[in-house]
Amino acid sequence: MKPYLELAIGFARTGVTGYGGGPSTIPLIEYEAVKKYKWMSEEEFGEILALANTMPGPIATKMAAYIGFKVKGGMGATVAILTHILPSIIAMLALLGVLYSFRQSPIVSGMVQGVTPVIGFMLAEMAYRFYQKGSKGLGMPKTILLAAVSFLFVQFMGWHPGILIAAVLISAFYIAHKKEKAEKKVNEEFMPAREKSS
Amino acid sequence: MIYWDIFWAFFIANLLGYGGGPATIPLIQIEVVNNNGWMTLSEFGDVLAIANALPGPIATKMAGFIGYELGGVLGAAIALAATILPSALAVILLFKFVNLFKDSPKVKLMTKSVQPIIAVLLAIMAYQFFLTAFENSGVMHLVLLAAVSYFTLIKFKVHPSLVIFGALFYGGIFLS
Repeated sequence: MKPYLELAIGFARTGVTGYGGGPSTIPLIEYEAVKKYKWMSEEEFGEILALANTMPGPIATKMAAYIGFKVKGGMGATVAILTHILPSIIAMLALLGVLYSFRQSPIVSGMVQGVTPVIGFMLAEMAYRFYQKGSKGLGMPKTILLAAVSFLFVQFMGWHPGILIAAVLISAFYIAHKKEKAEKKVNEEFMPAREKSS
Repeated sequence: MIYWDIFWAFFIANLLGYGGGPATIPLIQIEVVNNNGWMTLSEFGDVLAIANALPGPIATKMAGFIGYELGGVLGAAIALAATILPSALAVILLFKFVNLFKDSPKVKLMTKSVQPIIAVLLAIMAYQFFLTAFENSGVMHLVLLAAVSYFTLIKFKVHPSLVIFGALFYGGIFLS
């Protein structure tokens, strides 16, 4: 019972203290997993994080799934995920329920208007962070080009972003594949002996 | 079949969202507002505001709430399963092949290449919210609130939930 309880406490605590979505809770999860409950080493945590980052979808639940599974199998993963997400979902239902029941009130509509620019700003800031991440990885010219092209397709031609994302994913895969092949060829030409011995 | 639609909407949004929950927000908006017409943009904005004011992962809060609005507890469970399960199972299953995967230049380039698109999608959303604010409450309040958001969130690192509750308070008094 104790491992389940520890998973529940650890993931509930990170679920209710991390602000700004899953990515901002990662350091908190690391603290629980590595320092507090010693479910894994810092290296292993880093490895899983790197792997989880290569996959789409929310990051915190991917970490909860893996860590829970490592500690106590399928049940452990379930406990970790649910204790991580449920408190905030229930709080959300309660808060929005209250807000919705006063929807007609001018005060509530004023509150909604007041918060709209703040959300706009937060989204703009998030957009900037993703832009920075992109230009760190791809370089500024490519990032701006990709951004301009996607803006054109989504905003003016009305494409579903999913099609665009899928197209970019496939091209990136293909480009990296070609590069790998080219590098392999160079290696084979220069180091035939080493290839054979390994 | 609403449950199937719920599943599909959240499955697609999370499948395409590289970069954690926040990256999936514009994709969820497209499914929920544009493709299925379950909410207006301003309703979606309210949900996003409250989700940002509360702690915890953002994608699951959105999925849980929108799923619940559409189909009760079962709707919430389906939206959450579509959000979490595919990637959670993939991490557990693929960890065995982690070394084949993690350093693969293919995966790295794929992840990097999606970032600019997500940035654009988020920027378009930000613009829509600014436009809504401009139409409903005028340029004065918009500039003031956006400027205060910048100083509190970026310069003084005030807790986001405090900024959101502050804005709700401000709106309740001055914009009602």
